[in-house]
Amino acid sequence: MPVAVPFLAVTILEVVWMVVALLAMFTGLSVVVLSLTWLERKALGRLQQRLGPTRTGLFGLMQPVADAVKLILKEDIIPNSSDRAIFWAAPVIVVLSAFMIWVTIPAAEGLVLRNLELGLFYITAFAVVGILGLVLAGWGSANKYGVLGGLRSAAQLISYEIPIIMVVVAVGMMAQSLDLRVIVASQEQIPYAVLLPLGLVVFFIAGLAEVGRTPFDIYHAESEVVGGPFVEYSGAHWSVFFLAEYINTFAIAALVTLLFLGGWSWPWGSAALSWLPSLPDIAWLGPLLHLVWFLFKVYAVILVVFWIRGTFPRLRIDQLMAFAWKVMVPLSFFAIVITAVYLFYDWPAWTLTLMSLTGLVVVGYIVYRKMMEPARRIAEVKARQAAQAAQRQASRQTG
Amino acid sequence: MSWFLFIILAVFTLGGGLGVVVTRNVVHAALFLLVSLVAVAGLYLILFAEFLALVQVLIYGGAIIIVLIFAIMLTRTAEYPYISDNRQWPLAAVAAAAVGVVLGAAFLDNNHLQTAPNSPAFADLANSLFTTWAIPFEVASLVLLVALIGAIIIARAGEDNS
Repeated sequence: MPVAVPFLAVTILEVVWMVVALLAMFTGLSVVVLSLTWLERKALGRLQQRLGPTRTGLFGLMQPVADAVKLILKEDIIPNSSDRAIFWAAPVIVVLSAFMIWVTIPAAEGLVLRNLELGLFYITAFAVVGILGLVLAGWGSANKYGVLGGLRSAAQLISYEIPIIMVVVAVGMMAQSLDLRVIVASQEQIPYAVLLPLGLVVFFIAGLAEVGRTPFDIYHAESEVVGGPFVEYSGAHWSVFFLAEYINTFAIAALVTLLFLGGWSWPWGSAALSWLPSLPDIAWLGPLLHLVWFLFKVYAVILVVFWIRGTFPRLRIDQLMAFAWKVMVPLSFFAIVITAVYLFYDWPAWTLTLMSLTGLVVVGYIVYRKMMEPARRIAEVKARQAAQAAQRQASRQTG
Repeated sequence: MSWFLFIILAVFTLGGGLGVVVTRNVVHAALFLLVSLVAVAGLYLILFAEFLALVQVLIYGGAIIIVLIFAIMLTRTAEYPYISDNRQWPLAAVAAAAVGVVLGAAFLDNNHLQTAPNSPAFADLANSLFTTWAIPFEVASLVLLVALIGAIIIARAGEDNS
């Protein structure tokens, strides 16, 4: 008897279809991860006036394959004092939650493993479970740097989870749905990046922190905690964490695209394409164009992530936590409040843009003042010293 | 199909719960608790409560277990990692027996098997939560606020004494 259990496949054929689709998703994501490692090396190389990988294949394109082979062949060391069960379970939890998220992320109108009415909520729920894997990895490896890194990751990731969820709530209010396809469809004309730039900035920064990319990579900072939770992992185990990190980076970029940059919709809607000669009427052509456009946007966001990595120094842990609780959380609440006011009083769209830009500029100026304060103090002290020296010299001359 | 899934999930729920009390390692107990809580989320799914299942994963599977492990890691686990019994066990046994009696009575005295499963739309859920049930919802958040303030006061009191 087929039972319509919401998430779970029912008939045998559907189960087989799900397995095939899951395998396709796994393969696709692995290819994406390989491309991302190559892209990151190339982009970072260019930012540092190097060439990046050039030796393996054309433009070094085979470098990720070489890396993967090396990692798999490496000896897999498990420390004697580690808690074996937890040491094994931690990478599995991390990578499972990374893949679970992708079940409901659509890459085009119909290209999704299983579209959920509560898709966005599902993603936030399973993203939290991944944190647990990092904490357990740190604890299980019986290493003080591992434990420190695990504690740091728990503190950092839980703190930055709050602004992400709050901004997601604001977007859900705008679209009146948590279904990612509905959210994209409601941005057909104007993407939410224009209506709610505040949300885009908060989501992007908190997303960077959530996947532990530089400037927020303090929980696996090599110079402080020598790799944090991953310190005792090597070979295939380490590469699983690595895989999860890149999949999560890709997921954050995809979510930025879906929630704020209009997903696969063209600028100014599909009407803007009417000047083109009408496309041949092939069923798969439309989704293919959508997919290409979506991937273009996602990779553009990813390049910004790499650019930030090549540009900014790492934050200190107290700066990181202060930034989360004193800047990101209030800003995300502000985003919800202005969205609610805008929706309730049915104001014109530009008021929302204006309100969120005002919030961004005010908070940005306050953060800038805070950051510049040490420099200002140093200048003050130096000026005072110079004045004293001048005074001393003057009194010596008169006396 | 539904029965089959229910049995699997029930085994995981009870097995996880048993693991929590049997294992002598605190972190392992937390992991068993995670298994049990995620299995409960699966049970909600069978009952067509998608939203509740996701809330269960988000709050219990994610946040609460992480905070639990965070707290375990901050305490000096090296001194007492393997404690699984103390002098309060008779009291705990009485409490557990009382809960068991109440649950058993509730199970015998209802006709929930006849109620048809029904999956409310997310919007309907939100509407009823913020109109009909707005006061209980706000009271629940008040309870959390009181707990938060209480935790701060307890922590600050320890600071003053030292």
